[in-house]
Amino acid sequence: MTTTSRAPATLLLAHGSGGRLTRELVREAFLPVLGNPFLATLTDAAVLPELPPGRPALTTDAFVVDPAVFPGGDLGYLSVVGTVNDLAMVGARPLWLTWALVLEEGAPGELISTCATGAARAAAESGIAIVAGDTKVVPRGKGDGIYAVTAGLGVVPPGRDVGDHRIVAGDAVLVSGPIGDHGATIMACRHGLGSDDLRSDCAGEAALVEALFASGAEVHSLHDPTRGGVLAVCHETGERCGLRIHLDELAIPVRPQVRAVCDVLGLEVLSLACEGRVVAWVAARDAGRALDAVRGQGDGEGAAVIGRVTERGAGEVGLVLETAAGGRRPLDLMSGSDLPRIC
Amino acid sequence: MCLAIPMRLTERGELEGAVELDGVRRTVSLMLLPDAKVGQHLLIHAGYAIGAVDEAEAEATLALLRELADTMVDP
Amino acid sequence: MTHDRLLRDRAAVAGLVRRIADAAARLGRPATYMEVCGTHTHAVAAAGLRRMLPDGIRLVSGPGCPVCVTPVGYLDRALALATRPGTVLCTFGDLMRVPSSTVTLEQARAEGRDVRIVYSPRDALAIAQATGQEVVFLAVGFETTTPTIAAALAEAEASGIPNFQILPGSKLVPPALLALVDDPDLEVHGFLLPGHVSVLTGWEAFRFLAEEHDVPGAVVGFAPTDILRGVLELLEQNAGGRCAIVNLYGTVVSPQGNPTAAALVERFFAPADDSWRGFGEIPHSGLALRPEWAHRDASRIPVVLPPPREPAGCRCGEVLRGVIDPPECPLFDASCSPATPVGACMVSSEGTCSAWFRQERWGSA
Repeated sequence: MTTTSRAPATLLLAHGSGGRLTRELVREAFLPVLGNPFLATLTDAAVLPELPPGRPALTTDAFVVDPAVFPGGDLGYLSVVGTVNDLAMVGARPLWLTWALVLEEGAPGELISTCATGAARAAAESGIAIVAGDTKVVPRGKGDGIYAVTAGLGVVPPGRDVGDHRIVAGDAVLVSGPIGDHGATIMACRHGLGSDDLRSDCAGEAALVEALFASGAEVHSLHDPTRGGVLAVCHETGERCGLRIHLDELAIPVRPQVRAVCDVLGLEVLSLACEGRVVAWVAARDAGRALDAVRGQGDGEGAAVIGRVTERGAGEVGLVLETAAGGRRPLDLMSGSDLPRIC
Repeated sequence: MCLAIPMRLTERGELEGAVELDGVRRTVSLMLLPDAKVGQHLLIHAGYAIGAVDEAEAEATLALLRELADTMVDP
Repeated sequence: MTHDRLLRDRAAVAGLVRRIADAAARLGRPATYMEVCGTHTHAVAAAGLRRMLPDGIRLVSGPGCPVCVTPVGYLDRALALATRPGTVLCTFGDLMRVPSSTVTLEQARAEGRDVRIVYSPRDALAIAQATGQEVVFLAVGFETTTPTIAAALAEAEASGIPNFQILPGSKLVPPALLALVDDPDLEVHGFLLPGHVSVLTGWEAFRFLAEEHDVPGAVVGFAPTDILRGVLELLEQNAGGRCAIVNLYGTVVSPQGNPTAAALVERFFAPADDSWRGFGEIPHSGLALRPEWAHRDASRIPVVLPPPREPAGCRCGEVLRGVIDPPECPLFDASCSPATPVGACMVSSEGTCSAWFRQERWGSA
């Protein structure tokens, strides 16, 4: 895949109407970079080989990030790694993705090419193939440049069982690296904050997750802290498993530039999205082994144990923060969208 | 009521300046602090510099905190 | 802020907590201290400080959240302006989910009104320049924020931008403090005074509390160590029978404040009696645009307002005056929660009820 994506200088409605222009768009903007034997047939559905042994896992995602191109990535790259990561979180090995685009009439060619190239790069890095795609074009004003919707298929190998049902009191909670980079980068773009050091952490985590399993650590559950951040995944997990999760604020790794964005805009770092991180619940005795395995991966250097799981009485809150100041407080989900506080 | 953050003034024009904190940069108005000097740490609120940090006082506060912290180390 | 610094701050907090316990023991009686700054309310909640204080030493929140003290009528007027064709309403994010007599700004935006969140009044000015549409900025805030609004007005005048107006909603802290010390229902033994308001006003603006009303105060910043140093100072004054206003935020607070900012505010605004949710009218507690700036004053635009409607059973007013704690409101953690807020005190992340929810709610009732 060393050829380039060439998208039309002016995207017309006709590029989405299924005729000659649609074929041109697909052949020149998408196939050169995404091309593989399945996609190249350009037929109604991809007929896949038999699945490897294990249980199939299927996920879907929609991507509407604004801006669509940001420091560290783009909507195309994000759409692929985001889907791959969802599969990895249930212990599945990702195999095949579908990739459907809704483009806005007049969307710049460069935007489309950047996203196509980004998606291709992510697919190659994650070792998956995009086997089916679709493109629609909506009138100007009815879309926001580019939206992507994906489905991802993978297989959970026999004998592997991860999920919140496996979490027990005593488990250690780990994060694979510093948090909030993606969310902070997007908010900085939106609010006129510049930085040479701020970039999205978006990345595929399948290899890191496999390394975690390969280490022999007893992995109970995995979640990627995307929308709503570490706060959302821990809050939801606490609810689902009926236990209490304690997070140690001082142990949670945050890059100084991310903290600076939070301080300037009045954001809670725990609620900011990460697009290349894993939160893992592992047996307490395996915390060290798990950390070593994760730190051995390129994007896992900043990994840390950030909390632990305890029993919870009936009706008690499921998520508690040991604050940096040395206090304790219950953590509830942030309601509504991120509103920068000013006063 | 008043989220304001100290940021360092790195360059300035007549009414505007560039400030930074841990590599994060922003353009702010200096209309409320026209005598701000490059290199000073300014308190930034709602896109405006509203006051300047007194470095001597800041140092004194840090020293006080260090002292308080040390009282917890010695049994 | 490096990890070492955070660890040292945690140790400093522990040291302060120990000294506070000693001072409380020397005082030998309960004490209640009030902070009057939403950012303090938020900081106390975020760090979980209330529970670190010894028994008998109580921290209460006063009317420090400008969003929470903005009356329903202001939101109603803002929404009415938003329905005018071609109007762009610009606001700080905190106001988006505040209940009005009808819908919230967030709901109005979903229904098609042009409502935009800005971080700075300058952003609103830029929107006016870029779109050419009539921009109305919701000018809510205390003395920290008002000068930024005055500066934006000055810039609009100097740059000849006619399509920029404000809906005045600025309030002043000292008159509210006066109303508090005059309130027979409220027993407060000291105030934690707002650090950033003081940057603008100067700490001497609060001397009247000690000199005329026998209530001590400490001007403090927003780190847990700053707040606890303030509590310690108030305890030591109480225990020693002293009463003074002390500046513990000398890093940025001076006796007289920011004269440039004061002059700009004076140019555009004049003190006026104003209505505070929970207090009713407080004399000279708000700022109105001077008559020569009528062309910048969106409150002069005639609009049709609904009859003002406060949610039934909501006791935000008493919470804001520090007379009751949030759980004493029948709606708290029932129909009113951060997920489904009824009153302003729950909507704003700096509101007393929201803060209480975050640090005190350890289980469902």
